[in-house]
Amino acid sequence: MQYTLLILVLPLLSFIVLGLVDSKWKPKVAGTIGTVVLGIITALSYFAAWEYFSMHRIAGVYEKIIPFNIEWLRFTDYLYINLGILLDPISVMMLVVITTVSFMVNIYSLGYMVNEKGFERYYAFLSLFTFSMLGLVVATNIFQMYIFWELVGVSSYLLIGFYYTKPSAVAAAKKAFIVTRFADLGFLIGILVLSFYTKTFDFGILTSGDTSVFASTVGASFMGISVMSWALGLIFIGGAGKSAMFPLQIWLPDAMEGPTPVSALIHAATMVVAGVFLVARLFPLYIVYSPEVLHGIAYVGAFTSLFAAIIACVQTDIKRVLAFSTISQIGFMMVGLGVSGNGGHEGVGYMASMFHLFTHAMFKALLFLGAGSVIHAVHSNEMSHMGGLRKYMPITNITFLIACLAIAGIPPFSGFFSKDEILSACYEFSPYMGATMTFIAGLTAFYMFRLYFNIFWGKEHKHQHTPHESPFAMALPLVFLAAVTVFAGWIPFGHFVTSDRANYDIHLDFSVATISVLIAVCSITLAIIMYRKESKVPKKLATTFSGLHKAATNRFYIDEVYIFITKKIIFNNISLPLAWFDRHVIDATMNGFAGTTQWVSLKIKGFQSGQVQQYAYVFLLGTLIITVLVLFI
Amino acid sequence: MDLLNNILAGQIPIEAYLGVSLIMFFAGVYGFLSRKSMLMILISIELMLNAADINFVVFNRYLFPGHLEGFYFALFTIAIAACETAVAIAIIINIYRNLTSVEVGNLDQMKE
Repeated sequence: MQYTLLILVLPLLSFIVLGLVDSKWKPKVAGTIGTVVLGIITALSYFAAWEYFSMHRIAGVYEKIIPFNIEWLRFTDYLYINLGILLDPISVMMLVVITTVSFMVNIYSLGYMVNEKGFERYYAFLSLFTFSMLGLVVATNIFQMYIFWELVGVSSYLLIGFYYTKPSAVAAAKKAFIVTRFADLGFLIGILVLSFYTKTFDFGILTSGDTSVFASTVGASFMGISVMSWALGLIFIGGAGKSAMFPLQIWLPDAMEGPTPVSALIHAATMVVAGVFLVARLFPLYIVYSPEVLHGIAYVGAFTSLFAAIIACVQTDIKRVLAFSTISQIGFMMVGLGVSGNGGHEGVGYMASMFHLFTHAMFKALLFLGAGSVIHAVHSNEMSHMGGLRKYMPITNITFLIACLAIAGIPPFSGFFSKDEILSACYEFSPYMGATMTFIAGLTAFYMFRLYFNIFWGKEHKHQHTPHESPFAMALPLVFLAAVTVFAGWIPFGHFVTSDRANYDIHLDFSVATISVLIAVCSITLAIIMYRKESKVPKKLATTFSGLHKAATNRFYIDEVYIFITKKIIFNNISLPLAWFDRHVIDATMNGFAGTTQWVSLKIKGFQSGQVQQYAYVFLLGTLIITVLVLFI
Repeated sequence: MDLLNNILAGQIPIEAYLGVSLIMFFAGVYGFLSRKSMLMILISIELMLNAADINFVVFNRYLFPGHLEGFYFALFTIAIAACETAVAIAIIINIYRNLTSVEVGNLDQMKE
């Protein structure tokens, strides 16, 4: 399966070409090149997935295939870094997800971004992002993953800051980069700790189940916690940064400053699930060497999910609602991994998490693209500027509704199947976890339909010009993704991706399914009552629970806490003294050197008068003096 | 008086030659340091070169009679001096074209 290398190389070439020619070509040409390249690699990915999954299992499990691997850097016998391609069920699934969403976003952007300045730059960055994300998922070793992980961070920074003349976009880009970079510090330390003890970066060796690799970690501990827990916990911090887990979620809502298709690609479907993918990739380590960290991941995921769902209920910017909903759904995936065991029925959480990752990528991309279509029509992100749009935008309306039903967990849409599996895994872990996640699922249904009704129903806002349905290039991805959202639930996912790569037949747990569907239906009914027509209920509720409402609107003041910690504590107590030291001691020493040199040079400058005869005179004097010295002394 | 007697007797001693070349050389040094015109400075340099030539010839004549290296060297120096003068004159002409002056005191633009 050597051709999988093309999947990586083509977007990189496309980035280089589009980046170099920049504005020498017409925007349409650049857009077409980017889209066609994406189309080719999408086809290649589908073909690779078909070929991979139609291979015979060996001893009941799918093989790991490494079609390409080169040694890139070798420092010592142990410390070397390879670059390669690793195909196993989750990476093949991610290839399909990333290329599909990226392809759809590329097509969509042809319509959405067409009049923007820097269209070629936009497509170049999209290609770069796709390249880095694909490199991340097929990484053969943890260090290659880290390299592409950072590349993903960079391209995300570039895309969020696409409107670089807008101060808020620049601030959001910086925030996203710094927060994720800060988390990546944990990731890097985790990698170093892990590889220091195991003497390898390679996923194949790490996850092979060979315990001799970990022999040196036995008994090694730091501050009462075993080194494996430290390493895996630190690696999870990196994942938490990219996947916007509490308390590192602050960058994601702000990242909505980027163009909407970018939000669909990066902040819904691909980059933010990198953390989930990382945990899934190292799942055999988590489950064997530190189940307590895995449980910690479950609790962090559950808390983040609840937290984000509550905030999503009161936001008025439609993209922010979707951003918080994304955080909440990623929380679901993390919980799925956290509560999972290994193999067979135990491992249903893992399978469900990956399944949810797959379906969520599709319907969340659809939601974002739908939101983009709405924004394109009314030129505003605020719910209060929308309302009653269903008459003007039938395609957007229907596809958005399908995505809302899917995320709310209504059968037969895809979200129902994946979410139901996660919930039943949670119930098996502990009833409280199950109940909490079911409650969050209900909240999800509520806020998504609040969003839906506020956009497409409710009181009609007076528009300056009549909203219109989006052009074909934008409608096509919506329809395609809606079709996927409708049918993806019927994919026998357990057949393809499970924790032990063996076959697992999904069977619905009817009691869990019934409860969650009932709760979702109740939430939707509530949303219909409150938001379908203009109603006083939301306002009344907001005044009754004014404290909670205000706190949720302000995102529970987490950003303020960050500002407080950084500005008041870190800046005042650490940065300012350091800055003083830098200015008054280090700089002063250097300035002293420079000043002395300058002073001396001013003093002796007169020698260099430019007068030839003066030079000759000095030379003659010197000669005489030397002569006298030589002759008489 | 010894010296004068020798000269009158047709035997010119080495000190006489060296005295001439010494005077020529320091006249050249003085001219080099005190003259403002580049042409005069060039002439001073020629004076110093010629003083050196005299020394070559004289030392060869008195210290190594029968050898010819000193004479050849003097000839060689004269040839080189001619070339050098040609180059120097060319430079001076160019400077004159640029500054309409051959005053060496005006030539300090290059120090900045």
